Amino acid sequence: MIQPQPYEVQVLETPFHSRTAELCKTNEWSTWSGYTTPDVYTNMELEYFAARNTATLFDISPMTKYAITGPDAGRYLDRLLTRDMAKVNPGRVAYGLWCNDAGMVIDDGTVFCLGENDYRLCSQERHLPWLLDSAIGYEVAIEDITAGIAAVSLQGPTSCAVLKAMGFVGIEELKPYAHAEFQLGGHPLMISRTGFTGDLGYELWIEPAGAGELWDRLMEGGRLHGIRPLGSKALDMTRIEAGFIQAGVEFFPGDLSTRPDRLRSPFEIGMGWLVDFEKGHFIGRRALLREKQTGSRHALVGLDIAGNKPAHHSFIFQGRNKEVGIVTSALWSPTCKRNIALASLRTPYDKAHGLWADVYVHREQKWERIKAPCRVVDKQFFNPPRRWATPAGDR
Amino acid sequence: MTPAGGAYDAVIIGGGHNGLVCAAMLGRSGKRVVIVEAASKLGGAATSGEFAPGFTVSSCAHILNQLHPKVSRALDLSRHGLKLSTARMGTIALAPGGRHLTFEGALMVNEAVNGAGEVLSQRDLSSLSRLRRRLLRFAGLLHDFQATVPPRLDATSWRDGLGLARLGWAVRRLGRDDMRELLRIAGSNIADVLNDELDSDLLKGAIGLDAVLGTGLGPRSPNSVFTLLYRLSGRVGGVPGALALPEGGMGAVTDAMAAAAKANRVDIRTACPVKSIVVEEDRAVGVELESGEVIRAHAVVSNADAKTTCLDLLGARHLDTGFVRRVKGIRARGTAAKLHLALDGLPRFSGLEARDLGRRLLIAPSLDYVELAFNPCKYGEYSPAPAMEITIPSIHDTSLAPPGKHVLSAVVQYAPYDLKGGWQAAKDGFMDRIMDILSAYAPDLADRVVARELLTPEDLEQRHRLPGGHWHHGELALDQLYMMRPVAGAAQYAAPVPGLYLCGAGSHPGGGVMGAAGMNAAAQVIKGGKQS
Ligand SMILES: Cc1cc2nc3c(=O)[nH]c(=O)nc-3n(C[C@H](O)[C@H](O)[C@H](O)COP(=O)(O)OP(=O)(O)OC[C@H]3O[C@@H](n4cnc5c(N)ncnc54)[C@H](O)[C@@H]3O)c2cc1C
Repeated sequence: MIQPQPYEVQVLETPFHSRTAELCKTNEWSTWSGYTTPDVYTNMELEYFAARNTATLFDISPMTKYAITGPDAGRYLDRLLTRDMAKVNPGRVAYGLWCNDAGMVIDDGTVFCLGENDYRLCSQERHLPWLLDSAIGYEVAIEDITAGIAAVSLQGPTSCAVLKAMGFVGIEELKPYAHAEFQLGGHPLMISRTGFTGDLGYELWIEPAGAGELWDRLMEGGRLHGIRPLGSKALDMTRIEAGFIQAGVEFFPGDLSTRPDRLRSPFEIGMGWLVDFEKGHFIGRRALLREKQTGSRHALVGLDIAGNKPAHHSFIFQGRNKEVGIVTSALWSPTCKRNIALASLRTPYDKAHGLWADVYVHREQKWERIKAPCRVVDKQFFNPPRRWATPAGDR
Repeated sequence: MTPAGGAYDAVIIGGGHNGLVCAAMLGRSGKRVVIVEAASKLGGAATSGEFAPGFTVSSCAHILNQLHPKVSRALDLSRHGLKLSTARMGTIALAPGGRHLTFEGALMVNEAVNGAGEVLSQRDLSSLSRLRRRLLRFAGLLHDFQATVPPRLDATSWRDGLGLARLGWAVRRLGRDDMRELLRIAGSNIADVLNDELDSDLLKGAIGLDAVLGTGLGPRSPNSVFTLLYRLSGRVGGVPGALALPEGGMGAVTDAMAAAAKANRVDIRTACPVKSIVVEEDRAVGVELESGEVIRAHAVVSNADAKTTCLDLLGARHLDTGFVRRVKGIRARGTAAKLHLALDGLPRFSGLEARDLGRRLLIAPSLDYVELAFNPCKYGEYSPAPAMEITIPSIHDTSLAPPGKHVLSAVVQYAPYDLKGGWQAAKDGFMDRIMDILSAYAPDLADRVVARELLTPEDLEQRHRLPGGHWHHGELALDQLYMMRPVAGAAQYAAPVPGLYLCGAGSHPGGGVMGAAGMNAAAQVIKGGKQS
């Protein structure tokens, strides 16, 4: 066999690779931030239903992680992110996003407040140059620690029960967007009540040396709770149901674009609630204030679409043939039993007057065109009370 | 400190010539203005200084060739005391063998050649006159745009569109052949253009040096045609490309400007370095001095360079990252040193009469000489055989030196700001090299020196707060011009923080003792930052 040279190997392996590779029976993999990760382990539907009915494990190690520390760390994050970070105390996690000068979104992510002047920022894309240049004038150190932390997401209604079975006493008291410290096999383990499926769930963070043991203990603890590894395809179904936006899908990362007019502001992707004009200057503030005064160009909406054919990438029309936007994510939701989509519409659009999706279906050498009527609805299609309940359910 | 009746309309950080012009213009329009200058003396890089007892010289800028006529007219500088000791300084391109090339008038302006030295061929004479006319037409176009506010790069308003259209139209109006020629050479290098047109090495060397004075370029560097046009865009008494000396040195220009400012009720405070710009509710509302004193004003106008203003005085935290990146990236690496010699008598230059020494003397015997002088600079070393622009202003102006004595003022290239190993250790060696070169042309010069001063770009930075010791607060390169000067997002003199303006050489059109940046900025302040 020809051994590839190290430079020919174009992908990295996560600390869980030995486990995920063994479990991935379809051999369907994709690269995520340079790491190879399974799209589907065995069967997308089974994985999806496990996420909604029992528990799933998803390897999130490729998530970009930055350690942000130093006396100005909090002030720095207030400059970077559009939301007010003053209220984010140690033990808490905040979802936020950040913009370029024009007030256009660069990326979204979660910020973990680990202690005073000690934060961790997690995002999908890599942004070190932007983060460093934003730190000019601040006493803050920013380090990419992606490879130094293994992380796995445990999601689903039985996720709390799995952790209890593993012996994490009191885990049910952990509130949404909170995190706490534990030990596992001699390694410090951080557990946060966060996730990307819109359900009860946790993310577990450990040094790479402890990754194998963490995975094994989770699979073992979850044996009687229906645990399964989750591929990225089934994960995507759950995040659309939850109405979560994704970089590269609902918006294009502002620092990677060459066409400034294709970008979206926070207001234009339904994230206006994350913009705090009162806290002082932050990157993009002046542009966003102007937008607030003059109006946004787009709106991200949830759509309920007639029929059962997912409206992938469809144009959305109004009335006879006025094109008003596009679908960014679409799904027949097995749990909601609805044909749902997230769509970016040009504003102002008219809610009342006949929006329809132009859906094309290719079946056995034939294209069918469906003009599927649709309604603008709340984009949190799936949002069960158990996601928010504390103590968490542990059936 | 506030004027009677509340806050100032504007506080100007820095009393360089652009700050003075801006203040005087604002004062003229009825605004109450105060200038706070860090140094104990006004003028910035346009000052005179006594560098040895009884010997005064222009500390940085020594030739007045770019003062914008709109500025001198608006401020009536002659009424405020500005006199020229010569308005038509000639130029002599020195040849190592003594067969110098003499111009009756400024280089490029008068092609009559003194019969004694080098004689240009008929071919060169007619090529030169053709080239000169063409370059002056292009430079005239620059001249017109120097007194305008650039449009925005992301041209969103109809006014921006109009500004761009005006530029396009001005180029178009040159006529087809000229337009083609301008577009052909604009981004090109002066060596290629000169080699295409002329034969005389001495002539090409002299024009080549004029193209690169005060820049980080050699004659073979792209962009060096533009910098020549920039130099030629100036006018003295309506004569394009002419050279003048102010009576009393360059400080006389800024003295007249300060007088004009005072006549317009401008308060002037020296030895008052500004520590920071005060921002409240996302608006610049004043400055805090090093002393802790706060001066409040409706507008804050900075004559300091954009990097200092935005990153040090304002602070990046008030700015967006993309803008900070652009500001941080401004290139300002000075390459010119300044030499001042106090002489106990007029030196003898081989091949020249005493009366010739009132002209500008250039040591740039060929394009190769200048380019070879430039080469080490690229690697952080000084030129072992530097090129020079020399004046002996005391010939025109006896106030500068005791009777019978003289001062020599020279721009010496190349002396990179970031010299490898630092200037401390190298300065004496560089001084020796300069004296060697000078002595080759004026053998008795060294014996006549009673005092000397060499200012490296590092010295210039320290003394005058000139970033990188650069003439223009930022290289005059195509990517740092017009709508991108100092950077996109601040090219209309207004910084992104409301109430803060930039008026120095780092802004359009650039440096040189011109005053256009200060004048244009004043117009924008009066408009309240709204686009022209
Ligand atoms: C060696 C040399 C030779 C030159 N030769 C010529 C020439 O022959 N002809 C020509 O036309 N041009 C020449 N120039 C260029 C010309 O001198 C400059 O472009 C011009 O003087 C710049 O003017 P300015 O007002 O924009 O800035 P500056 O003159 O730099 O003025 C800025 C002022 O701001 C002040 N300042 C900065 N920071 C603060 C602070 N924090 N608080 C308070 N004040 C502050 C500074 O002290 C300074 O006075 C030469 C330059 C040099 C360096």
